[in-house]
Amino acid sequence: MGNALPQVDFVLQRKISEKLREFLPERCVLWQQEDTQPYECDGLTAYRRVPMVVALPETEAQVRRILQTCHALGVPVVPRGAGTGLSGGALPPGDGVLLSLAKFMRVLRIDPVARVAVVQPGVRNAAISDVVAPFGLYYAPDPSSQIACSIGGNVAENSGGVHCLKYGLTVHNVLRVRGYTIEGEPVDFGSEALDSAGYDLLALAIGSEGLLAVTTEVTVKLLPKPESARVIMASFDDVEKAGDAVAAVIAAGIVPAGLEMMDKPATHAVEQFVRAGYDLEAAALLLCESDGSTAEVEDEIARMKDVLTAAGATRLAVSRDEAERLRFWSGRKAAFPAVGRISPDYYCMDGTIPKKRLGEVLKFIGAMEKKYGLRCPNVFHAGDGNLHPLILFDANDADQLKRTEAFAAEVLEKCVQVGGTITGEHGVGVEKIDQMCIQFGAAELETFHAIKRAFDPKGLLNPGKAVPALSRCAEFGRNHVKATGQLGHAGLPRF
Amino acid sequence: MSLEKIQEQIREAAGRGAALCIRGGGSKDFYGNAPRGERLDTREHAGIVSYEPTELVVTARCGTLLSDLEKTLSEKGQFLSFEPPGFGAGATLGGCVAAGLSGPRRANAGSVRDAMLGAKILDGRGQLLAFGGQVMKNVAGYDVSRLLAGSLGTLGVIVEASLKLLPRPPEELTLKFELPQAKALANLNRWAGQPLPISASAWRDGELSLRLSGARSAVRAAAEKLGGESATQEEAARFWAGVREQSDPFFVGDTPLWRLSLPSQAPALELSGEQLLEWGGALRWLRAGSNAANAAAVRAAASKAGGHATLFRAAEKPQGAFAPLSPVLARLHRELKRSFDPAGILNPGRLYPEF
Ligand SMILES: Cc1cc2nc3c(=O)[nH]c(=O)nc-3n(C[C@H](O)[C@H](O)[C@H](O)COP(=O)(O)OP(=O)(O)OC[C@H]3O[C@@H](n4cnc5c(N)ncnc54)[C@H](O)[C@@H]3O)c2cc1C
Repeated sequence: MGNALPQVDFVLQRKISEKLREFLPERCVLWQQEDTQPYECDGLTAYRRVPMVVALPETEAQVRRILQTCHALGVPVVPRGAGTGLSGGALPPGDGVLLSLAKFMRVLRIDPVARVAVVQPGVRNAAISDVVAPFGLYYAPDPSSQIACSIGGNVAENSGGVHCLKYGLTVHNVLRVRGYTIEGEPVDFGSEALDSAGYDLLALAIGSEGLLAVTTEVTVKLLPKPESARVIMASFDDVEKAGDAVAAVIAAGIVPAGLEMMDKPATHAVEQFVRAGYDLEAAALLLCESDGSTAEVEDEIARMKDVLTAAGATRLAVSRDEAERLRFWSGRKAAFPAVGRISPDYYCMDGTIPKKRLGEVLKFIGAMEKKYGLRCPNVFHAGDGNLHPLILFDANDADQLKRTEAFAAEVLEKCVQVGGTITGEHGVGVEKIDQMCIQFGAAELETFHAIKRAFDPKGLLNPGKAVPALSRCAEFGRNHVKATGQLGHAGLPRF
Repeated sequence: MSLEKIQEQIREAAGRGAALCIRGGGSKDFYGNAPRGERLDTREHAGIVSYEPTELVVTARCGTLLSDLEKTLSEKGQFLSFEPPGFGAGATLGGCVAAGLSGPRRANAGSVRDAMLGAKILDGRGQLLAFGGQVMKNVAGYDVSRLLAGSLGTLGVIVEASLKLLPRPPEELTLKFELPQAKALANLNRWAGQPLPISASAWRDGELSLRLSGARSAVRAAAEKLGGESATQEEAARFWAGVREQSDPFFVGDTPLWRLSLPSQAPALELSGEQLLEWGGALRWLRAGSNAANAAAVRAAASKAGGHATLFRAAEKPQGAFAPLSPVLARLHRELKRSFDPAGILNPGRLYPEF
């Protein structure tokens, strides 16, 4: 793994390309390195591998034949959407086909009465809301990467967004996924009804990181756009107080449309980048949104203001109009790129914790900053306990890199220890595959492998991702013990 | 204690290849294909494991009575937003998850499966497995906990479940409209496309009932906009309980009951038999015969409309309770079943006769 020079099996490469060229036009098959290089990584640039062959099909029939061909040849296939994934899920196979769905860009059907849209997997998340806007509808999940990421990728990762506390994740907003198994059989998971006969394979397919089937069509649920939305920006002089304020809002019986937190280092990084108007004095900022009918929003904003004030907010600002609301959010949504500006590299974590343990976990992260001598601003989907600590480092400094790895590993382990999880929305991919050994025991992992085998007995679809081999966990366990509580990111080469 | 007993019973049965019939309060014995095998009683493994209102999550053991659970939640102003039907006082949480049935609020607040955050199961080997967790967002591993909702115990004995909760809405109001079915369907679909706080709908016999839930201001504004006649709180409570628990007169009697799950905008079905509509048109109950010809007609109509039909209650279900699966899906079902329960002992035949 890593940036090692590709050792290409030219014979196999030629064989695959020729087979694919039997039914794909020249523009749909890439194999020369200058053409395939752009596909060497996804949003987790630490892991790179130049794909042996890239296939860019334009029709479902072509997808089917690609899969049949690869299955017959016994060659691995890795699906890819927009390549914004943050866990290396779309890291290409060095000995197989990277299957890009980038050309599946069409919105196939919009039914404003049924409130559904049928789209191809390469359609961008934000584009769905754009095309249905004239009907007063939108697609609710809104990952910060929404202008770039594809709905196929969202389905594979079960992506969330800043509004998922109230409106749910991808799994709550997708009605049907059509795809192909590795053997090239068409399958429909779910339907336009609210449930289907038999097991809920739709739930299994969503979040399966491209390991069970290749998605070629997605039916999404559309929601009516709320009449009104306003956001409160609340300042706190202490991060733990901000955490307690989050609990207080929920305890008051309110489910805000969005409830996000940023600590001071994060707001400072962001403010330089987008000028969102954030309070730079605050130790922590909360963004707390209400949406609904105009009267309802007024009521809820008033109630939330009371709760936040009682919880010790030092300053409150309520968005006065849509432009200001979007400005308040712009900072949060640009947090990752903003942090990218103040540091040569950053490493984004994605643990989820029970909200009541927030104070403890933030203190722990503070201690890790000192221990490893690295800064770590925090952005946090506070309402649902999903943390994104961002470790700042310089990848050219080998020692910083090592410290970053150890830092991240300790934080993820802490998340598991307090009853949370190693990944809330970015997926396991190749990145957190060792931490899966901490999250799950051998019996659960074996169950995951059995599920995989039910769909893909030969293990050809996105192999080596998401679920570690038991032997890998055994080895990881040995190293883990040796390092006295520190996780070595086995095989993590460079960020 | 009782967990070990369950585990022991599974291991012992697996060794003999003896079928087990997993059962809590038995309130859903009627659902699915006929239960068979030696009884595995889940009721002793009961109790709330953890409940933290500010996390909006509860974790409880399978034998916990649904009624006890709901009482605890309601003391903190929270509830299971999918309004599971109990179908009897003995209904347990394990049965609720295994059956995967949701009540009147489903179209607006999501289903059992949507609320599932984590589960512990004993698989067909008697292995204790934990999936998901107690947090809202968790994408580590396949989403097995959601797969369990509606699996009717065929993949494992669900021994513990963690569910997402919601605060009870402060205000609720039910409106009634005199409307023929086609007009009711048109209105329901139109309203669903508008930002209105609708939390349940039911149409039968020319009358549409619509429940609004939310902030007082939102409920009032919507009521003013929609018109109709408001029901009293008592009337409304009785009516929705009748729909949820199927004690409403529509559900009484021996005529078989079909459950058709369809896209909400599917036109009124031309099938003979009385109908009750829920979920904004996405759920249609039908009282009609269950002989081969009827079953074929109902299933064909449902599938033509883009959905599926379940023979929900009937003295006999010779055509199977659930709509048949496509060959690929059937194969995936069999493979999944085999990996969770290699000896095929957990509720065999309950979902589909072939496993
Ligand atoms: C700046 C930034 C901000 C982000 N913010 C968020 C956020 O707020 N919330 C969030 O959840 N994520 C976020 N992400 C992560 C990422 O955008 C999501 O995971 C997204 O869903 C990935 O979509 P993609 O199209 O880029 O998929 P890719 O990266 O191309 O692929 C992701 C995975 O999906 C599989 N896949 C893709 N298409 C298909 C298909 N058609 N069939 C089968 N498998 C397929 C791939 O094999 C891979 O495993 C962020 C990323 C960045 C860079």
